[in-house]
Amino acid sequence: MDATVRRRWAIAGLTGPAYLWLALTVFLPLSAMFYFSFLTAAPIGGREAAFTFEHYIAFFTKSVYWFNARRSLELGIHVTLLCVLIGYPAALVLAKQIRGRWREALFLLIILPFWSNALVRTFSWTMVLRGDGMIGRLINPLLPAGWEFDLLFTYPAIVIGLVHAYLPYAILTIYISLQAIDDSFIEAARSLGASKFKAFRRVTLPLSIPGVLAGVFLIFVPVIGSFMEPRILGGKNAIMLGPIIENQFVTAFNWPLGSALSFIMLGIVLLVLAIASPVLRRHLSVG
Amino acid sequence: MTANTGRWIAKTYLGLVLVFLYLPIAIMILMAFNRSALYELPFVFDTVWFEALAKNDRLLTASFNSVVIAVVNAFIATTVGTLAALGLARYSFRGKRLLQLLLFPPITIPWLIIGTSMLVFFFWTGIGRGLHAILLGHVALSLPYVIVVVGARLASFGPQLEEAAATLGATPWQTLWRVTAPILAPGIMAAALFAFAVSFDQFVISYFLASPGTSTLPVEIYTSIRKGFTPEINAISSIIILVSMGLMMLVVRHFRFGGER
Repeated sequence: MDATVRRRWAIAGLTGPAYLWLALTVFLPLSAMFYFSFLTAAPIGGREAAFTFEHYIAFFTKSVYWFNARRSLELGIHVTLLCVLIGYPAALVLAKQIRGRWREALFLLIILPFWSNALVRTFSWTMVLRGDGMIGRLINPLLPAGWEFDLLFTYPAIVIGLVHAYLPYAILTIYISLQAIDDSFIEAARSLGASKFKAFRRVTLPLSIPGVLAGVFLIFVPVIGSFMEPRILGGKNAIMLGPIIENQFVTAFNWPLGSALSFIMLGIVLLVLAIASPVLRRHLSVG
Repeated sequence: MTANTGRWIAKTYLGLVLVFLYLPIAIMILMAFNRSALYELPFVFDTVWFEALAKNDRLLTASFNSVVIAVVNAFIATTVGTLAALGLARYSFRGKRLLQLLLFPPITIPWLIIGTSMLVFFFWTGIGRGLHAILLGHVALSLPYVIVVVGARLASFGPQLEEAAATLGATPWQTLWRVTAPILAPGIMAAALFAFAVSFDQFVISYFLASPGTSTLPVEIYTSIRKGFTPEINAISSIIILVSMGLMMLVVRHFRFGGER
């Protein structure tokens, strides 16, 4: 066996198993779902299925789907914005104010919840937000008449749960880009007469945009696709694309419709990325 | 405003963010030890929910399933992923860029879509649902992470060491076992723990692939939450959150992801 053939076998032998696995469990299933989204019925158990566009047409003609898609987009925007607004100052403090072992410890504390169970963290919020939970029992007697702390099963509850879930992402990505900024840039701006605020606005902020954008991307996509958080924290208010798709597969058993809605969701994500890509490319290639 | 007050405000802000991140977890753990099932105050310490948990067969079976799947998943994903990382790091070939790009869809496409597509495909092809299907899915989600973590470790030392071993007369096997493997070991360990955590915490994929009757712990918890109130869920949730946090602590403290952190 000559060297090139042996080399080729080595490459195939090393990478083959992983990519075969991914093909069987990710790429073929996605293709199958794309195919299903054009069928009148799931071709399982000998059922007849014909080709159709009806599910995609349904999305564009029935207002219920539009409404849900809009709510999903709004949710994505609200959660992403809040994560960046809350996370940026935290990352800034961590990167520029705290030094040494404390920084390492605090950084670990911030990203640690992110690696713990998402379902359990969502569930833990039900105990905080409910009216008869610990906080409710403590502060409800103090509130004026007509006011009541009971956020569970509302839209704000969904937002709080998701911000809690994805805030570490925002802090992580922004912190990494802030840390990469050489402090001498900021000192130079200051010594040239820029105020603290101006030095931040003209030097630190622009240089940290790649981190912000990375965070936005990493948060927006999963939030659009979330269904567990809206279900647990939103209850009847879980009116979004994610829970509707879940419904088609788990209770309604309309797989073709669910498949079509999944691909529409994927399309929305790709569309948002395409709109954002000129900005993304400009900032990420420089950064 | 003096510099000191500014610094004080900054630190307080960071403290508040930490409170926000840990508040629900702390309350949940507290409630797991509260005697009242209805979150009644004052707090009365009791381990009654942990005792109830020890008698809840459904949750115990699901926990057992979760651990077994996470261990098997870690083993398969680490083996298969390390091989792929070696192939990608040590050879340059046409299509390599494409193979690297193909690692992104499994981690960037929303799990809801990945999970439902697996359900459709597995049902259609007769693979079906159940623990085996959940394992298939978990390995797919873990593979990109393993390849990236081991790949980072591989990138932190060049092929020079391996070339030196080969020049000195080592066979490819000897080079692999005596040179590459020992240097890679920390990366592989980190990847294995990562894969364990990915699987142990995974809910969405498992939810769609679980067959009625057999499921993993997160699926069982979700079903209990949706069905109504069971206080043992607090107890098991507290255990899970401490286990998964402890696991990540272990990964971060003891293994460096290739080069300096």
